[in-house]
Amino acid sequence: MASRFDIRRQTGFTTIAMICFFALYLPIVTLVVYAFNSGNSIAIWEGVSLRWFYQAWNNNQVVDAAIRSLQIALVAATIATIVATMAALATTRTKPYPGLGFKYAFINQPLMVPEIVTAVALLIFFSRIKIWTGYSGLGYLMAAHTAFCIPFAYLPIRARLESMDLSLETAAADLYATPWKAFRRVTFPLLWPGILAGLMLAFVISLDDVVITEFVKSGGQDTLPTYMLGQFRRFITPEINAISTVFLLISILIVTVFFFISRKKDQE
Amino acid sequence: MASAKQVAKQAERREIRDRWLLSAPALIIIFLAATGPLLIVVIYSFLTPGPYGDVVWKFSTDGWLSVLMQRDIFDDTLAFADAHLSIFWRSAKLSFLTTILTLLFGFPTAYFIATRPARQRDIWLFLITIPFWTNLLIRTFAIQEVIRNEGIVNTVLIKLGIISQPIQMMFTDFALMVGMTYVYLPLMVLPLYASMEKIDFRLVEAGYDLYANRFQVLRRVIVPLVKPGIIAGSILVFIPALGAYVTPRVLGGSKNMMLGNLIELQFGQGRNWPLGSALSLSLMAIVMVALLLYVRSVGGRGGAHG
Repeated sequence: MASRFDIRRQTGFTTIAMICFFALYLPIVTLVVYAFNSGNSIAIWEGVSLRWFYQAWNNNQVVDAAIRSLQIALVAATIATIVATMAALATTRTKPYPGLGFKYAFINQPLMVPEIVTAVALLIFFSRIKIWTGYSGLGYLMAAHTAFCIPFAYLPIRARLESMDLSLETAAADLYATPWKAFRRVTFPLLWPGILAGLMLAFVISLDDVVITEFVKSGGQDTLPTYMLGQFRRFITPEINAISTVFLLISILIVTVFFFISRKKDQE
Repeated sequence: MASAKQVAKQAERREIRDRWLLSAPALIIIFLAATGPLLIVVIYSFLTPGPYGDVVWKFSTDGWLSVLMQRDIFDDTLAFADAHLSIFWRSAKLSFLTTILTLLFGFPTAYFIATRPARQRDIWLFLITIPFWTNLLIRTFAIQEVIRNEGIVNTVLIKLGIISQPIQMMFTDFALMVGMTYVYLPLMVLPLYASMEKIDFRLVEAGYDLYANRFQVLRRVIVPLVKPGIIAGSILVFIPALGAYVTPRVLGGSKNMMLGNLIELQFGQGRNWPLGSALSLSLMAIVMVALLLYVRSVGGRGGAHG
């Protein structure tokens, strides 16, 4: 062996990694490319056009579903982030107290149970409440989404809090700041990257949800993912590709911002 | 002295109370829209199915019995229902195979990322993060376009003259396995990477100094070091795979049902909510056992998110 012996190298690993990256992106790229197909097929290429984007934009069902998705995600992510921030403040930077372990387990509970089980449970529970109250609006979906978004919002906020020590808050208290003032002027400015990361995670998670939404929604309450799921049973046109492409772009945008926020945190 | 102690104790008690108040909204929301309804499922699994779905409030163990048994409609005797059993078995088998495949592909990928120079590492990691946060439905749809009869794989193979007829991959167990491996791969790579990032390569060097070859170093040094990551990744893939609903619904046919679809069927056409509830709880029980094994194997340190 003439060149230097690289202790990190493992035979074939780079090849497999390249295959994985290729395999991860090939289907996604194909999907995006065919969104621009001028023909009716998602398999035979006929030329570049934006007709499917126009068609999706003019499809009331799609636009309504998209608006509904955004409404639910905004409400759910906002509430989840607020309560998760409070919960994170209550469960970090303290010596263990009775119930702390219980709180961790309880907040992370939605992550432990398979989604389909939660979906079934909510279907049963909400169908009872619908009969009792007669209300069948978007509130059920918003409540369900808020609950499963909480652990996702909680994780980055808690991680951020744990990297902050209490000395600044103690100093603020010594200077006669009320707890609320200390939070607003000291804790919050330091914590906000974590809160923003939590908010974005929760938003993406809510936007992406299929299973729970599919079981909880009432008639005419399709979100974008459940609308798409319904379309798979029919003849698929590139309209679905066009919707997916826009959806992908939004997700990638949010994830990119999230990625750079959390990276910045690491470097500090 | 005693009063000072009392004051301190009172302050501590007040702090604990404040901390409970602060976390109360999150706990209440999760109880109302996640944990609480699970308890109702337990009740429903012991009731009698209603004629048009929902339940009749009459105690019955039939829901649980029909998870594995089938009541003969003529003489009312119970026999093993292999239809359900085979779906349990398929779900377990496919989830296991998916876990193994994601591990086989994910391990080298995570290792590749972890051994890049720091600057490059972020880019590769970012490339894994994007599919991780991309809608599962879109990714399932994307893989469907690749493996369908008119998809890229078949088109390329036919153009190359390797096959003359498209290979039927959709609506087979193979499609489910490929699809689940594809959608869950990032869930394996990320925890693996997290533990590989911390590898102390002086240990690897020591291995080579002791005349180990590359494979021996991999098997005796690297794999033991990243074992927590392997276990975490396997759990993160196995659990959602076992309860998978979207992937089998899109890629599989009625003959490739998995547990998630069987459960849905009971709340739809099957109109047997107690059976659906009992099946859901069975699925949850399997998941809980897997999680307990995980917690025991990591010895309580670190979590699924480590």
